[in-house]
Amino acid sequence: MMNLTVNGKKAAIDGKDAVNIPALLTELKVEQPDYVTVELNGDILERENFETTLVKDGDSVEFLYFMGGGGR
Amino acid sequence: MLSEEQIARYSRHIILKEVGGKGQQKLFDGRVMIIGAGGLGSPIALYLAAAGVGTIGIADADVVDLSNLQRQVIHQTKDVGVAKVLSAKEKMQAINPELKVNTYREWISSANIGEIIKDYDFVIDGTDNFAAKFLINDACVLAGKPYSHGGILQFDGQTFTIEPGESACYRCIFPTPPPKDAIPTCSVAGVIGVLPGVIGTIQATEAIKFLLGKGELLTNRLLTYNALRMRFREVPVKKSAKCPICGENPTITELKDELDALNVCDLDDR
Repeated sequence: MMNLTVNGKKAAIDGKDAVNIPALLTELKVEQPDYVTVELNGDILERENFETTLVKDGDSVEFLYFMGGGGR
Repeated sequence: MLSEEQIARYSRHIILKEVGGKGQQKLFDGRVMIIGAGGLGSPIALYLAAAGVGTIGIADADVVDLSNLQRQVIHQTKDVGVAKVLSAKEKMQAINPELKVNTYREWISSANIGEIIKDYDFVIDGTDNFAAKFLINDACVLAGKPYSHGGILQFDGQTFTIEPGESACYRCIFPTPPPKDAIPTCSVAGVIGVLPGVIGTIQATEAIKFLLGKGELLTNRLLTYNALRMRFREVPVKKSAKCPICGENPTITELKDELDALNVCDLDDR
């Protein structure tokens, strides 16, 4: 099992020691996974490195979303 | 020098040690450009006018619609059909007649944004679409102009301040705009009316602090807000070496319109 901090909250993923970013996005049911910005332990990841980047026990992850409203 | 009347009007500012008479004069000499006279632009324009920011620019090509009034508090029922920039100017000058309010009744584009922002000290993004948000970022980064980003949707908002060259820019976090229609819009997905009040007043606060030269700006921190859970969070962000505009090898060296991102937020009738 891995314990993570996701957007400031504790989250646990059962049965795995490490997952890559696409698997994490699926596991955590992140909305609009194609457009989310992912920050791992304070560093923003490049999308091209999503497959090869592993998230491990104790890591801190932030999902940052586009918010386009404001005007009309 | 502040007049007697100004000393009375701004007395609650002047007694603050961080403002004082000198600070109030700085605000009066300050020039802030607000892009968008809608949900975010409304509280920003009202508060900056009340605070005595001496020159305020406001850009928007739209006219007031009945569906705006639920959150765009600078506009009133009588203003439906009136140009937003003129409706906004009327309220700003009613609060504070000594201000200079410059109106730009146009949509920003790569062709006009340089000219629109060039005489201002600080720029505020109060727009509703990614084409404009990326264009404001690019224009401000290339011109070295500090600005405040703001975005809202449903019950969520985000804001941060960019000091070009010094702190993370919008593209450091979001390198490219999402494709057209990929992200739900306020007109489709809705927005709770008080939300732009919360985010817009934070943006106005940043402009005021910048003009005063006091406090810490909201740089390298993305402030997110969720109204349903009533939570603010601060996500540390960093200037990216690979940022396409402010990184080590920028690929964006001149302004262009992000045409693919146009039409994201209810812009079909442009």
